[in-house]
Amino acid sequence: MVPVAAYLALGAVLFTMGIVGVLVRRNALIVFMSIELMLNSVNLAFIAFARQHLNIDGQVIVFFVLVVAAVEVVVGLALIVEIFRSRSTVDIDDVDLMRG
Amino acid sequence: MEWVIFVPAAALAIAGGVGVIAARQPVHSAIALLVVLAALAVTYLLLAAQFIAVLQVIVYAGAIVVLFLFVIMLLHARSGEGPVEKLPRQRVAAAVFAALFLAALIVGSVAATRPLATAPEGFGTAQQVGEALFVTYLLPFELASVILMVGIIAAVVVVKRGPPAGRGGR
Repeated sequence: MVPVAAYLALGAVLFTMGIVGVLVRRNALIVFMSIELMLNSVNLAFIAFARQHLNIDGQVIVFFVLVVAAVEVVVGLALIVEIFRSRSTVDIDDVDLMRG
Repeated sequence: MEWVIFVPAAALAIAGGVGVIAARQPVHSAIALLVVLAALAVTYLLLAAQFIAVLQVIVYAGAIVVLFLFVIMLLHARSGEGPVEKLPRQRVAAAVFAALFLAALIVGSVAATRPLATAPEGFGTAQQVGEALFVTYLLPFELASVILMVGIIAAVVVVKRGPPAGRGGR
């Protein structure tokens, strides 16, 4: 039987990859996909702990994370499309109007 | 026995994760994200979360990645990154802090692990998740529908072209 630690380690690796993607990449679409990667690794941790404690609440929370992720993607992509329309770029370094 | 399924799924997920953050074209990232989501659905099945695994494939792979692909198609060729990196040493700093963070996460997650008991019959089925959702978590469930509605309206409002400037909006 695979121990829960293996699933948590997989989730940790995926979460770190998401962080690196957000920090290093400058294409707004890829940054967004990295955020999805992090959300998914957290879902994996929730389900692993739900299995460890045999408590269904962890899976219910994953359901809500899915809903919020869907909404977040819809609104975020709408914003990216709108930025692209007005500035013809999706490079986040080019969108620095509010930079201090 | 479970290792036979877990190891390829984990390897596929990690390879997909590398693909997401390393691909030059956004469309390749989206396909790599699809691989990660499918591999994670397999691990959900191993963790006795059948309903969530199906939901993952339908909602994430079926809806969210398709939405990504549509937007990539819409923004298409000119959606690359500029050649100049405005923040020097950003990559090095990101790698260092990510490595530290990963070490902390893994130490913490190993410490939080207890040995697994056998899952009882019917754990993680649509029936059990549905019961929890519609009895214990009925109010959050209804609020989720409000959030979805707000999201739809927000997307339409953000993308809609406003009336020409100078004329009062009606």
